[in-house]
Amino acid sequence: MTTTITPPETRGPTAAPVSNSLTAGKLPNGAPWMVLGASLLVSAGLFGVIALSGAEFNWVGTFVVAAIIYVATITLLSRIVEGARRSTDRFVTALVTGAFLLAMIPLISLSITVVTFGLNRFDVEFFTYSMRNVTGEGGGALHAIVGTVLMTGTAALISIPIGLMTSIYLVEYGRGRLARGITFLVDVMTGIPSIVAGLFAYALFAIFWGPGTRTGIAGAVALAVLMIPVVVRSSEEMLRLVPVELREASYALGVPKWLTIVKVVLPTSIAGITTGIMLSIARVIGETAPLLIAAGFTNSVNYDMTEGRMQSLPVFVYTQYANQGNPPEAYLDRAWAAALTLILIVMVLNLVARLVARFFAPKYGR
Amino acid sequence: MTTAAAPIRAKQRPGDRVFSKSAVFAGSMILVTLAAVATFLIVQSIPAFVADSEDASILDSNFWAYVGPLVFGTIWAAALALLIALPISIGIALFISHYAPRRLASVLGYIVDLLAAVPSVVFGLWGIGVLAPAVQPIYTWLVDNLGWFPLFAGPVSGTGRTILTAALVLAVMIIPIITAISREVFLQTPVLHEEAALALGATRWEMIRTAVLPFGRPGIISAAVLGLGRALGETMAVAMVLSATGAITFQLLTSVNPSTIAANIALSFPEAYGINVNVLIATGLILFIVTFAVNAIARWIVARRAEFSGAN
Repeated sequence: MTTTITPPETRGPTAAPVSNSLTAGKLPNGAPWMVLGASLLVSAGLFGVIALSGAEFNWVGTFVVAAIIYVATITLLSRIVEGARRSTDRFVTALVTGAFLLAMIPLISLSITVVTFGLNRFDVEFFTYSMRNVTGEGGGALHAIVGTVLMTGTAALISIPIGLMTSIYLVEYGRGRLARGITFLVDVMTGIPSIVAGLFAYALFAIFWGPGTRTGIAGAVALAVLMIPVVVRSSEEMLRLVPVELREASYALGVPKWLTIVKVVLPTSIAGITTGIMLSIARVIGETAPLLIAAGFTNSVNYDMTEGRMQSLPVFVYTQYANQGNPPEAYLDRAWAAALTLILIVMVLNLVARLVARFFAPKYGR
Repeated sequence: MTTAAAPIRAKQRPGDRVFSKSAVFAGSMILVTLAAVATFLIVQSIPAFVADSEDASILDSNFWAYVGPLVFGTIWAAALALLIALPISIGIALFISHYAPRRLASVLGYIVDLLAAVPSVVFGLWGIGVLAPAVQPIYTWLVDNLGWFPLFAGPVSGTGRTILTAALVLAVMIIPIITAISREVFLQTPVLHEEAALALGATRWEMIRTAVLPFGRPGIISAAVLGLGRALGETMAVAMVLSATGAITFQLLTSVNPSTIAANIALSFPEAYGINVNVLIATGLILFIVTFAVNAIARWIVARRAEFSGAN
């Protein structure tokens, strides 16, 4: 209590007589920006001098050194003018902002790299030709796109009914030990490493078709194992958001339980469920390892899920990189173009999912 | 949620019966699937546990000598990734929840989530093509100047494809996961606690230290463990970036690196035959057990503080 009314003369040397007591002992509002600008200038000057001696201008180095100069300067300035507590606050603010900017470096670098390298082969031929009998330049990813669509589609066909019905069970019917057990197992399933799902699908189909067979349906099963828990989790969350009053109103009108679920609960939550399903598709469409194990890789278009290996976009990226032929640039260009295609698909799925969630959400209130 | 247990029971209609039975069936399918995963992995692994180098060409002596370095590499790489990712993720989560302008916060959160949407194989390409060449000069400098420090001992790798680079890529991949969970937990901090701290004259950092961080600690821990689980099972990025030799070593910057279980399966499986397949499936079983244990710990931490049950 007594510390809150400490007389000003014990404040230390900085509490000199000043004209305006409200802004005393405080850096001006624009100070952080000025210090930031100065740090950038000093750092750029430093690297500019190095660049004069023939080396290339180091952009990343400039920003890193500028950040270090900024943190040191603002902390020191604040400590002199504002005291230790505010100086620590400014130090942490700088660190926290720095952490965010640091995370942006890989994102920006990745986007620039994928777009620049990917556009080299992002042409009509890439989407209309397979790699059958292609060595060196040319060829395309048609077989991989077909495989990705077929396998992801089959995985969705398997996991959407199972996942949706499971979440309906957990929310509407589930009581007691079975429901708790299933919740626990869904948690366990969420944590299955993707490559283990691939091994499982491989082992499962090795029984039917003998060891060493790799088929599209095995890849689809592997993806479904990864997709089901995501669908269950997101749909469960959405179903729980439906107000109990809606269900009770329906029961009061004499509507049977299953019709209440189909006609009242599901239509209310369909936007959220669709979003969750699209996000889960976006998640499994980029899976490489399980498909590499369970579906293998090939150079030809294969429309038959039950016979022969099937290529997919992520595995195409990997095989083009891993088995480079002559000239290697042709293979790398195809890998980057496929990576760009893959990222575009994932981004579109994400974007559409968010738009669905925004525009088709039930309108509450009146 | 639904009708309470009343003395008058609703009439059972055929539609009701079919619908509830199919819901139970779907729920049981989860049980069946997991049981099948466990059974198939165990059955296929049994030949590997007793195999020696005469049965399987990829074994040097027995199975445990083969899997030992892989388990070490898996845990080492994931631990390094977590060490890098955790402070950065907490920083990002704090920035989004307490520093960024309110209007921008959700957009910034979405931008960080974009990192999670990038397929791992693309991270692999990026790690080899961009990250490894970019960090190689830094590694050289570290070995030249800090080589006395055991972790940085030389000789430096010429390609930059070391365990540290793989851990960096893994860190980038788990940052969005840890950030998303910690952000949710930080946003749940009671506003009254924060305002009380500010009203007592605390600076923003003092408010975070005294109100937000103690409240969010269990959430941060479970987020970190979930991120660790993800890093343990990550395959393609490590398989592509890491140039592994299979040794057990703590050195970060040399060209002698341990491999990880998942990466080893992805690299060896396409050419495997006979008992070798069983050996690789057995390593997969061990990976499954390790990640299961890690995730169980995370769930246990979450369950201890029930108010964070919405955090994952």
